[in-house]
Amino acid sequence: MKLINSFVIAIRSLSANKLRSSLTMLGIIIGVGAVITLMSVGRGAQASITSVFEQMGTNVLYVMSRSPGVEGLGGMSPVFVTPTLTMDDVKALERIPSVVAVLPVNENFVKVTAGGESKTAIIHGSTPEYLEVYNYSLASGQFIAERNVASRDRVAVLGDEVAEELFGSDDPIGERVKMKGQRFTVIGVLEAKGGAMMGVSMDNIVVTPITTFQTRLFTQQTASGEDAVQSISLKVASTEAIDEVREEIEPVLRKRHRLSADEENDFAIVSQEQILSLVGQVTGVFTIFLGAIAGISLLVGGIGIMNIMLVSVTERTREIGVRKAVGAKRRDILLQFLLESAMLSFAGGGIGIIGGWLLSRLISRISIGGMTIQAVVSPDIVILAISVSVFIGLASGIYPAMRAARLNPIDALHYG
Amino acid sequence: MIELGNVTKVYKMGKVEVYALRGINLSIKQGEMVSIVGASGSGKSTLLNVIGCLDRPTSGRYLFDGDDVGKLNDNKLAEMRNKKFGFVFQDYNLLSRASALSNVELPLIYSSSRKKNKQAMEALERVGLGARAKHKPTELSGGEQQRVAIARALVNSPALILADEPTGNLDSASTAEIISIFRQLNGDGITVVIVTHEKDIAAQTQRIIRLRDGEIISDETVS
Repeated sequence: MKLINSFVIAIRSLSANKLRSSLTMLGIIIGVGAVITLMSVGRGAQASITSVFEQMGTNVLYVMSRSPGVEGLGGMSPVFVTPTLTMDDVKALERIPSVVAVLPVNENFVKVTAGGESKTAIIHGSTPEYLEVYNYSLASGQFIAERNVASRDRVAVLGDEVAEELFGSDDPIGERVKMKGQRFTVIGVLEAKGGAMMGVSMDNIVVTPITTFQTRLFTQQTASGEDAVQSISLKVASTEAIDEVREEIEPVLRKRHRLSADEENDFAIVSQEQILSLVGQVTGVFTIFLGAIAGISLLVGGIGIMNIMLVSVTERTREIGVRKAVGAKRRDILLQFLLESAMLSFAGGGIGIIGGWLLSRLISRISIGGMTIQAVVSPDIVILAISVSVFIGLASGIYPAMRAARLNPIDALHYG
Repeated sequence: MIELGNVTKVYKMGKVEVYALRGINLSIKQGEMVSIVGASGSGKSTLLNVIGCLDRPTSGRYLFDGDDVGKLNDNKLAEMRNKKFGFVFQDYNLLSRASALSNVELPLIYSSSRKKNKQAMEALERVGLGARAKHKPTELSGGEQQRVAIARALVNSPALILADEPTGNLDSASTAEIISIFRQLNGDGITVVIVTHEKDIAAQTQRIIRLRDGEIISDETVS
């Protein structure tokens, strides 16, 4: 028998049971759709997070406080750490050759209010180099100047989103905003940047002088009672100089912190590359996790197909008997049932891909807290989903098909 | 055409062995019209299934046109069923969702025929159902359904038609119709073997083989 005949038989028998066929396909449609959607969202999140770090360039080093003796990331988490870095450390690091800019950054969440409007934003306490190191540009007004830092001025530069939310189309320059019960003068507005960092839009930001942050907003002291700096970013002249600078930071800070030879560093130096690979790992696990959840629904869809095909074999035992009586070989019956399940899963997979693609397009349009995830349906995800669904179709079809093919014609004819 | 030598068929029901056929010796020549009669459980259907290669004998020899059927594999048997035999069953065994024409086409699907439609239509016309080709079995009377089944049996121009109680579910008018079709086919040179328990039907064949408890107790040729 020619293969085309098997296709005709399979199509006829599937279309004879339209409702059952479409319900069976639904399992695969949902499974494949979920795989496509979740994996593309995962990839999109990965890409958007990675791009934020990449924007800052690969020639940046970060220095953070670290609690000696605490392993891994916990040693660097602000929750567990007694801060060790100060503005004097910043000044000392500025003297290292090949360092273009040294930027202290203190970070927190703050509620900003102006008039009747309010918005919760990220607040960065920093210095004039902030624009350069973080790749922002000014839309209007001015940025924080050295004298603002020196005199702990209550001035703020607003991110695009914050300005938009609080002032709408009005010009915010010179206006007042309130943070932690204190009035700040808006001196500048940042150009919109797009993108998000850890789920928070990079335009949902307020920048103040670091000294103002330290003394008026969120006070935090080192063990010796100095005002603390949470992290220091160093912009290095070139990517090649990174390792060299990294080695010079260590003795400078050790000396300043008066660490004896047998004491561990109370700070950690992290390169952009390390962060990227860490972020890649985390988001990769996240994507795999999402994919696995979707994979389970695909598996359930496959079991659904197997179930229906088994029922169908039992229900159609007589039909199989008739077919065998008029000359169908084992192979013909096997092929018929296998093709039926393969076609179900293939069609279901196709619809699932289109559905998943539409859904991820939809998700790309939704903004969650100012962040949009550009869900990317890449060919490898599609190929993965198709091959998994065809595999499931064949795997779940093969057992029922073999049962059907093995039936003795005479037993099949006398069934039921 | 058909040579059975000491054919037995044993079914195992748990630990009990049931003899459906005990040493059948039988030969049927081409062009004969034979009826196999006997009480239920006498083994007549089993004998028909063995002849039609739907079932393999437990022991004994079966030659069809001189070929030893026992030596053929499952695929070859399927080919035999497809090309040499046509089956007609008591309960028609049509595919209920397919039209009469599609049902008749079924054997042709498995023999890669190029003119399925034409051949199937011809077979339907031969049993007088050309006008009802598009009807589904549920839209046909019992007699018509059985005629579709006969059309299906003869679509591949078989040498032998095997019918198992073909009129068991039919009224007398339809029965007469079916039997006359069989006689006509036999007149065209096709060998016909009918299993029945009705004396009237057996009386219309040329040879009556009587079975009891899996053995042939009489084999008479009617003139």
